[in-house]
Amino acid sequence: MNGRFIDNLPRVYGLYTGGFIVFIGLMAVLEQMGVSADTLGILFVAFTIAIYAGIGWLSRTMQVDAYYVAGREVPALYNGMATAADWMSGASFVAMAGGVYFGGYGYLAFIVGWTGGYVLVNSLLAPYLRKFGCYTVPDFIGTRYGGNLARLFAVIVLVVASFTYVTAQINATGTIAARALQIPFELGVWFGLLGILLCSMLGGMRAVTWTQVAQYIVLIIAYLVPVFWMSNVQGFGLIPQFSYGGAVERIGELETLQGVGTLMPTESYADMRALTTPHASAPDSAMASWKFVTLVLVLMAGTASLPHILMRYFTTPSVRDARRSVVWSLFFIFLLYFTAPALATFTKLQIMDPNLATGIIGKSIVEVQTLDWIEKWSNVGFLAISDSNGDGLLQINEFFMRGDIVVLATPEIAGLPYVISGLVAAGGMAAAMSTADGLLLAIANALSHDLYYKIIDPNADTRTRLIVARILLIIIGAGGALVASLKLSSILGAVAWAFSFACSGLFFPLVLGVWWKRANRQGAVAGMGLGFLAGSAYLYQVRFVGMEPWLGIDHLRFGVVGMAVSLVAMVVVSLLTKEPDAETQAMVDEIRVPGGATVLEQEH
Amino acid sequence: MSDQLSRTATHWRRTRNLTFVTLGIWFFFAFLIHWFGAELNNYSFLGFPLGFYMAAQGSPIAFVILLYLSTRRQEKIDDECGVAE
Repeated sequence: MNGRFIDNLPRVYGLYTGGFIVFIGLMAVLEQMGVSADTLGILFVAFTIAIYAGIGWLSRTMQVDAYYVAGREVPALYNGMATAADWMSGASFVAMAGGVYFGGYGYLAFIVGWTGGYVLVNSLLAPYLRKFGCYTVPDFIGTRYGGNLARLFAVIVLVVASFTYVTAQINATGTIAARALQIPFELGVWFGLLGILLCSMLGGMRAVTWTQVAQYIVLIIAYLVPVFWMSNVQGFGLIPQFSYGGAVERIGELETLQGVGTLMPTESYADMRALTTPHASAPDSAMASWKFVTLVLVLMAGTASLPHILMRYFTTPSVRDARRSVVWSLFFIFLLYFTAPALATFTKLQIMDPNLATGIIGKSIVEVQTLDWIEKWSNVGFLAISDSNGDGLLQINEFFMRGDIVVLATPEIAGLPYVISGLVAAGGMAAAMSTADGLLLAIANALSHDLYYKIIDPNADTRTRLIVARILLIIIGAGGALVASLKLSSILGAVAWAFSFACSGLFFPLVLGVWWKRANRQGAVAGMGLGFLAGSAYLYQVRFVGMEPWLGIDHLRFGVVGMAVSLVAMVVVSLLTKEPDAETQAMVDEIRVPGGATVLEQEH
Repeated sequence: MSDQLSRTATHWRRTRNLTFVTLGIWFFFAFLIHWFGAELNNYSFLGFPLGFYMAAQGSPIAFVILLYLSTRRQEKIDDECGVAE
């Protein structure tokens, strides 16, 4: 191959995608030859991780701008794919369809929030931060407002939000690795971390970018294939996303017949639920609508405040490319997000519909208990069946399972070959690893660039800075794995908290930094400090002390409180103190114009 | 110099207006229609209850199209004001 890697991207990733499809075919052949499902799972996970590690090794670097911003040469399309992988975590891949399965309409707030947030990213922040030319998000806060205190506060919010998030991702890699490789969860967590560090440690942002592109390709294939397959088998048409309306309607009929929402479970199993929420019923009171839109709001504002997403747009060659790459990101994310409700709907129908061969509700308990997938997932404690009313038939309130197995178990529920289960495991691993990589790098970069280089030792040479960055990466990764191995929170709970933490502290200081010239240092410090404190204190009160939530703002939405305090504090304090100096105001004018040199130098 | 100043001022005014329009449409699809999800569910679209459809697909599709169009418009503004890279 001639020329530089960057000029050959379509060929490199085209070959890679082709190679991956050939690999899937090879696994299918092995399955026909009688290779066991467990071996296929191991091959899928091991093979994909080996490729990511290879890319990580090839992208190693000792240059500052390659390490922090991938040399600012990532084309819009590829940055879009990398952002999509960076963004879609274990929660999106594994838990989202399961959430829609159990939560129905109310859960769709996650889909609206996690797509619409990109409108804010594009309109309010990404192009302006790219013009600024910073390495990290606190780099922008620190330079725009001036002073170490503002920078330090931004670092603190970033670390808390991202660390909450990363433990959930390491947890997810541990869960998947444990199941695919048949090792204990505690060991799986450390194995997952090893894979994550192989991708990011040697090459920083450059390595993470090119592995994330590879991970996006794996995860989107793994998510779409089973849904297309099921839809075509069930006769819902070639492109299921547009034609599952009939399935939603059919579920509505079955829900009335089978008593979803009226037949409540009489037993309970840890972490497992029976289906009690109707699929398509909308919030029907002002309070329910309020809860829907407040969740949408914190997810969107959190999207626009999470540093591991914003820093991806620092890697494009120009402001225009940054804008275009936000559009690509949203498109690539959309592909998975508009499939998730389709997947949840098809899986639910497979289980509920007595006319389908896979339907289990209404069948005899003895018969259902002998099904392969029921047996397998019951054995690991993810699923339970109990004849509560003793009539020998399975009712909707006698079937319990964990939400996060919906995606992983769907191929088996629908009776697809094991090669698809292996593919889905590899996809889940890719989703969790790519997000963990981005988050770990965001934390380590903020600590090495903003805390160590900008605040502690501004005279450090390039070599020292990059070595410090790598040591921090290992320490933070190990810390995350340690917390994850304690299993303190479920995957999705911790993810929603990260969004509320981020928007409480960072949303208004970032947005007003671009859009309100009058915003000054004192205001930003007050906005970050008080917003973050108010949000955290409210979370603590509601979640751990048992305070009655105000207006239904529970622990998933505490960012609403944090953001309100942050906005008021920032505006009031800014107006009460001196306006920023002429130099700062000129800097704001400068970032609003796409052309011309960046505010910060290429290497700083 | 004053010519350049007025160019950047025009550019920022147009950029700001575009942003307001974009955020207005965003607000509609992000919050407003979901407030009335129960009412929308009385209507059917492609076989879906409309409220469910808008949350599962309609709004995300609207966001993708909105971002594409507003980015194109912004590029045109940058070019016309002579401030593109």
